Amino acid sequence: MSVVSLRNVVKHYTRGKERVEVLHSINLDIAPGEFLALMGPSGSGKTTLLNLIGGLDRPSAGEVTVGGERVDALSGGQLSKWRARHVGFIFQFYNLMPMLSAERNVELPLLLTPLNSAQRMSNVAAALELVGLADRAKHKPGELSGGQQQRVAIARALISDPTLLVCDEPTGDLDRETAEEIMGLLQMLNKQQGKTIIMVTHDPKAAAYASRQVHMDKGRLVEGEARTAAA
Amino acid sequence: MSSLTQFIAVTDMNIRNLPQRIGTSLVVVIGVAGVVAVLISVLAMATGFSHTVASTARNDRVLIFRGGSQSELSSSLSRRAAAVIIDSPGIRVESTQPLASAEAIVMVNVPKKGDKDGANVALRGVNPVAFAVRPEIKLISGRMFQPGLDELIVGKAAQIQFQGLEVGKKIAIRGTEWSIVGNFTSGGDTHESEMLADVEAVITAYRREGYQAITALVDDFTKLKDTLTSNPELGIEVVREPDYYRGQSRQVDAILFFVAYVVGGIMAIGAIFAALNTMYAAVSARTLEIATLRAIGFGPLPIVASILSESLLLSLLGGLLGAAVAWVVFNGNAVSTLGSNFTQIVFPISVDARVLVTGLIWAAVVGLVGGIFPAIRAARIPVAAALQAQ
Repeated sequence: MSVVSLRNVVKHYTRGKERVEVLHSINLDIAPGEFLALMGPSGSGKTTLLNLIGGLDRPSAGEVTVGGERVDALSGGQLSKWRARHVGFIFQFYNLMPMLSAERNVELPLLLTPLNSAQRMSNVAAALELVGLADRAKHKPGELSGGQQQRVAIARALISDPTLLVCDEPTGDLDRETAEEIMGLLQMLNKQQGKTIIMVTHDPKAAAYASRQVHMDKGRLVEGEARTAAA
Repeated sequence: MSSLTQFIAVTDMNIRNLPQRIGTSLVVVIGVAGVVAVLISVLAMATGFSHTVASTARNDRVLIFRGGSQSELSSSLSRRAAAVIIDSPGIRVESTQPLASAEAIVMVNVPKKGDKDGANVALRGVNPVAFAVRPEIKLISGRMFQPGLDELIVGKAAQIQFQGLEVGKKIAIRGTEWSIVGNFTSGGDTHESEMLADVEAVITAYRREGYQAITALVDDFTKLKDTLTSNPELGIEVVREPDYYRGQSRQVDAILFFVAYVVGGIMAIGAIFAALNTMYAAVSARTLEIATLRAIGFGPLPIVASILSESLLLSLLGGLLGAAVAWVVFNGNAVSTLGSNFTQIVFPISVDARVLVTGLIWAAVVGLVGGIFPAIRAARIPVAAALQAQ
């Protein structure tokens, strides 16, 4: 049983009179607890595919099913609510709110839940503890290093216990050492907490942490071989 | 999931973000402050003028003047006609004395304080009964003028606005020195901008043969009007005071309201463009933050409401600033304007609650109109494209 299932997914844009085909009939299944690395050259369509899986965009044709729910059939408002419940996003440049402290950034997804303030702050403290930033809760992003900011972003993505963690080049803005720490953290979340992770990356070393690599080229999937995770 | 919680969170972020956009935000605040300051000060003038004119009027008091003359100043009544009018039925009588004052109104040029140029102040010649007809007139310093002498008393508002009208001073009228012997108040009405003297002394000084108008208290307006207007020899007009002053103030009211709403409106359009510019810039600067919030699951409505709130907040800050400026600078100040009978009417600028609320409503409208389009743009940011564009 797949947690993510894509069937004949097509995505095209219209630029003036020109029709730009981005994805061609994609079929992909991702199992629960899988850590999938989506690789490929720039313009191959991997971020577009990630956006479709994460409910940020809708396919031109085909079916996107996540956790048994047809995401492609949801309206804009339904998609917002669906994302809040099922997807945690981790971005290359962290996308933290610069004016909010680390704990307030992590709290943001919980504002979309019925939890009260005390419950929210308790969960936030646990998430920051998990990513090793309990002592940086009151710091604003500008006062944190890149690696620390990405840890805050990971805590934010985890906080509402989503079905999927969707990561777009999570180490793209980090040095090698910090990148390895972040990949180690993601791998820990995958192995110890059973999080399903889908990650777009250019970096083979980052991809080596995944349990499966899938390659894309010119809008088509070129399935890679399943790998064991890097140590 | 609560839209209110989302709205509060996003608005909180926007407001925390304001110090980083202090320059563009101040454009809105100052622009709206200008609009509201102009609007409030001119409306306060209109309010003060209307109040001054309205407080002059009593429904049981009438003005009687020659038909077609429109105002007291352009009217004339012979002594014989005045005698007939004063004894007419309908006029209130107190101890056999009809409460009707035949009066002569002339213009005296007096220099304004802080201004070399003079302006016309009305000198109203009255009978002693005038003080029973206008009981609101009260002597506040000095004494009453003596009948037959070149003495006068000066209204409080006139004394504040014009030079040399203090008690004890003299004023040259028609080549004669008149003594200022008293100072009166009349409850802030238009007569406070006048000077009062004995009617016979005024008629003599100006070599007049009769009066100009009669002011009377009435018990039966219809009876008086029917009696007087059915006498073709008299050819006069009888008007209740409120109707008279409403007509007199119409032109000034129209000018003040034109300045307030048309000039204020043009400035408001400018302020709306400033708000639009600022809020579009704010949305543009926060595109990535908005897209991130939308990706996390925040709905479009809290985003729209938060942008509108920010715009509203800036405009209301401007509105409060403008109101404060108008209140501190103008409230309670007296200004004078040329009444339609070419006399100066001195009136206070009253920045009251109604005027303040009007100013703040204008500020709110500027904020809402200036914020709505940027807010809609913020809600329509294509999330995936905005995230990829960073």
